[in-house]
Formats: sequence, structure tokens, C-alpha cells
Amino acid sequence: MTAILETRDLSKRFGGVAAVDEVNFSLNDGELRCLIGPNGAGKSTFFKMLCGQLKPSEGQVLFRGNDITGAEPHGIARAGMGIKTQVPSVYDGLSLRENIMLSAWRTRTKRDALAIVEDLLMKIRLADQADRLVGHLAHGQRQWVELAMVLAQDPVLVLLDEPTAGMTLDEVESTAALIRDINQTYSIIVVEHDMQFIRMIAETVTVFHQGKILAEDQVDNIMRNPAVRDVYLGKQADRGA
Amino acid sequence: MSALKRHPSLVVMFALALIFVFIVPQVTELYIINDMTVFAVMATLALSLALVWGFGGILSLGQSVFFGIGGYVYAITVLNTGESTIPILLGVVVPMAFAAVLGYFMFYGRISDIYLAVITLTVSLIFYHLIVSTSGGQWRIGKSPIGGYNGIPGLPPINVPGDPSARLGFEGKYYLSIIVLFLTYFGIRWLLATRFGRVAVSIRENEARTELIGYDARAYKLALYAIGAGVAGLAGVLYANWGGFISPVVFNIFFTAQIIVWVMVGGLGTLVGPMLAAVAIQYLVTQLGAAATSEIKAGLTIFGMRLDLKDFLDSNIILGVIFIVFTLFIPKGIVPFIRDWFSERRTHGRRQAESGSPAE
Repeated sequence: MTAILETRDLSKRFGGVAAVDEVNFSLNDGELRCLIGPNGAGKSTFFKMLCGQLKPSEGQVLFRGNDITGAEPHGIARAGMGIKTQVPSVYDGLSLRENIMLSAWRTRTKRDALAIVEDLLMKIRLADQADRLVGHLAHGQRQWVELAMVLAQDPVLVLLDEPTAGMTLDEVESTAALIRDINQTYSIIVVEHDMQFIRMIAETVTVFHQGKILAEDQVDNIMRNPAVRDVYLGKQADRGA
Repeated sequence: MSALKRHPSLVVMFALALIFVFIVPQVTELYIINDMTVFAVMATLALSLALVWGFGGILSLGQSVFFGIGGYVYAITVLNTGESTIPILLGVVVPMAFAAVLGYFMFYGRISDIYLAVITLTVSLIFYHLIVSTSGGQWRIGKSPIGGYNGIPGLPPINVPGDPSARLGFEGKYYLSIIVLFLTYFGIRWLLATRFGRVAVSIRENEARTELIGYDARAYKLALYAIGAGVAGLAGVLYANWGGFISPVVFNIFFTAQIIVWVMVGGLGTLVGPMLAAVAIQYLVTQLGAAATSEIKAGLTIFGMRLDLKDFLDSNIILGVIFIVFTLFIPKGIVPFIRDWFSERRTHGRRQAESGSPAE
């Protein structure tokens, strides 16, 4: 198996604090990986360095064998990375169809892009709402619009930051199904809090803690790992209480 | 009929264009035609900011700088060559090139919107002071004086390309200005429908997302800014052509603030709104100018202090009042206000049908 994404001693310091501390991470082609960790573990900072929104203090990011460290977000997107951010980043003032169209149109002719858009509208089951403004959709639906925009890019690797935030259980289940489905085609990294959701989709899980990788294993082993329980699941239980 | 249904505003604007070109000049007095010429020029200038700010989200407070550069470049080159074709082209290209250089530093430097607004305004004021300080006879470019505060008078009207003796009269200037206005309108409508235009609008909506789907927002903003500068420059050329005169007043803060008021009053994200607002406000300012010099005796005396109504007819005070009233009560501007009112009435009792096209 070849690594599609690799980080080498990747670090980000804010003042004296190392939010991400010499992380060596590797993702195989076609893999679906979950990143978990308590708040402040460095997941989001790590994520933002992968997609170019933050410049690393040290270390490298290799994507498909190319060094993309410190590249502009649009360049990283063009290299084949599709990113869904934590708070849905969509065009609230434009229609659902136009949101997806903008993404599909970059690499395609208008006619091809329009066809892709119709396919994706069916896939996220919002075809009947295609002409509504995205700002008028429910939160969970906006998450899907963003996911459709990411898929319309036809990326190689999809990065999803908390894709089920604010979703109902029904929506979480259909999102899990959708993610497993798109994993047939794309490599995926999911940053998540929701353990229930992780159980639905994950095989391998990477646990972040204090800017470092604490553990990396099959999901069932991670659940049994006492160190992980201490730093993460304990807090999860507290939060649920 | 089907074209009317699909693109009602395009059909209406096309009809208006025909009326203004073929009918209005036949039934209107020459002095009104002369006023309408400058209104058309101002509406074209309004379109340039409507595009850059209303659709691109770039708050260019100093949009008049491109108008002024266009006017000055035209004036200086036409006095030197005596033939207007190349000066017109330069009056468009030079502002575009200037916008490209200025925009490069602003967009690629990724400065925030508020700094961009301040920088563009400052550049306009720098030009104002620069030109004002060139009043001596030693300040000339070739045969043309720069003229300082007094500006450059005596510009020859635009001529038929290649024939300097065939110059435009009052009516010719009107036809040229009104045709340029409508061509600019339709040109911008076309531009906004292309992928370039849609991406520019998407940057206004959410720049981070546009970058995440692979577009270089900096390049799009730069290109849009330069296009807007070209339109403003063309308006500047036509303004200098209209009065045969250009002065540094076009760089001062009142003039540039006026463009902001046009676009805000007409409505951000529309084209018709700023055009109408430019014409209406220009008309008001012209009328006020006439009233202020007339013999109005109205006024009142408070505590022995005489307040004359005439003193309050200053166009900047009126502009300020309009700006405040709109900011407080109709912040979206007239056209979006009316559109919302109609769509609310239409959807009353019916499921709302939203239009995805912000272009008007």
C-alpha cells in the first residue's frame, strides 16, 4: 500500500504552546481514517495545516508524493484535496444548485458540470430543493451541500471536520452511509467527536492528545485502550452527563 | 413572450435602450439632452462600483480615482495628438493597469476589507493633492498643461476614428454616452453569467470556500477590480468629453463618496439600482445647484441668528442626509427593497419561490 498523505515532524506553535508537536502521520490510498481526541488535542490545527489554512511552524506535508507544506489553499485543492470544514462553509446567498455548480465548474465544461450537479443533488437527496437559497436550509442539509461541493471537485482525498455536528440521529446514520459509499472512490480523513458515529464508519482510528499522536489502532482496540479511555472517553462521558 | 418570462429585466432594459437611443432625442430639448449625457456618464461610473463592490464585495472607496485617471489621461493625450481614438483607449487601459498594480499589493498582500477601503480612499486623495499642486506653467505634458486646481479646459470633443475634423456635437455626445451606458450594463450582465462572474460573486459570499474548491480568489478579485477600473476610466473619458474639461474635483472626497451613496441607495448586488440612484441623485444635485444660486428668501431667525434656507441646499449636506436615511431605514437599497416587497406579496399564501440569480 502506498501512502497518499504523510506528515513528517509536523509542528505548529502558538507562542510557546505547541498545538501540534512533531506529528508523523500516514494515510494509505483508499483508507478511511478517523481522528479523535479531546478539545485542544490539536486535531483542528493539524487539519488546518493539511488544507493550507495554517502554515506549519516546522515539518512537512506530503500529498501524493509532493511536498505541499505551506501551499495556498486553492493549490492544495487543485492537487486533489477536498475539504469540509467544521462550521458548514457554503454560499448562503446562492442557490443549492449554484453552490455545487461552482465547485463542479472549475475543471469541467458547463454542460458536464451541470450533469454532475444533478447527480450530486440526487445523491444528497435534495434535488427538489435545488433552487432554494442554501441559507434557508436546515443545518444538517447545509452540511450535505458542503459535502456535495467537496465531491463535485472530484478529489483524491476528502477531509471531513466533524461532518455530523448538529445532525439528528437519522441524519447521522444517513451521513455514515454516505461516507462509507464515497469511501469506495476516495480516501477519507474524518475528524470527529461522536463515538457512536465513529463506530458506524471507522476501521482505523488515530487518537490525538496534547498535540501528539497518543494511539493508532483498530476501532475496537482503541475503545479498549486504557490510555485512550483516560484522556478521551472519560471526558466524553462527562460531557454526556 | 418566452424571452420576457425568462429574462424580464433584460427585455425591459433592451426596450429602454431603444427608447433612449431612438425616441428620447427626437422629443427632448437640447439642454435636457446635455444634462442627460452627464447623467448617463455618472450611471456608467455607478455601474463600475456596482460591479466591484455590489458583486465582487470589494469596497473600493476611491473608485473615482480610476474615473479621474481616465479623464486626465484622455485630456492630456487628446490635447497632444488632436485625434481622440487612441486617447480613449488609453483612458481605459491606463486606469486598468494602475488598478492591476494597486490591486496586486492589496489582494496578494491579503489585507482585510476595511484596510482596502482606506487605502483606495487615500490613493484618491493623494491624486487630488498631486494634481492640485501642478498649477504653475512649468507643469505640462507635451502641449497640455496639467493646470492644478483649475484643471484642463478646452478639450476637443471625441471625433470619428481617423477623422479629427468630424467631431461630436451635443447630440453626438449624448448618443455615445447613452450607448456606452447600455453596452456596459449588458456587458456586465454577460460577465456575471460567465464562470468568471459566478466565481467573483462566490468570493463575495464566502472567500474561504472559493479557495477550498480550488479557485485563486486573489486573481479573480484582481481581475474584477481591473475591469471595474476600466469601466470607471471609460466614464471618466466621456465626462471629460462631455464638458470639454477635467479638474481635480473628481479626485476629492465628496466626489468619491457620492459613488458610494449611489450604489448603497440603489442597492448592493443590483445593477439597475445604482444606475437609477446615480441619475436621481445627480438630478437632485443639479436642481439644488440651480436653487442655491437663485433668489430664495426663506429662512428663520433664532436668538438673533439668521439661518438662510439657501445655506442648507449644499449638495454634500443633502447627500449626507440621504446616506443616513438609507442606512437607517432602507439599508439594502431601493431595488432590493422593492423586490422583497413584491416577492413577499407574491408568496403570500403560496410556497416561497426563491430566485438564485442575484443579477438584475
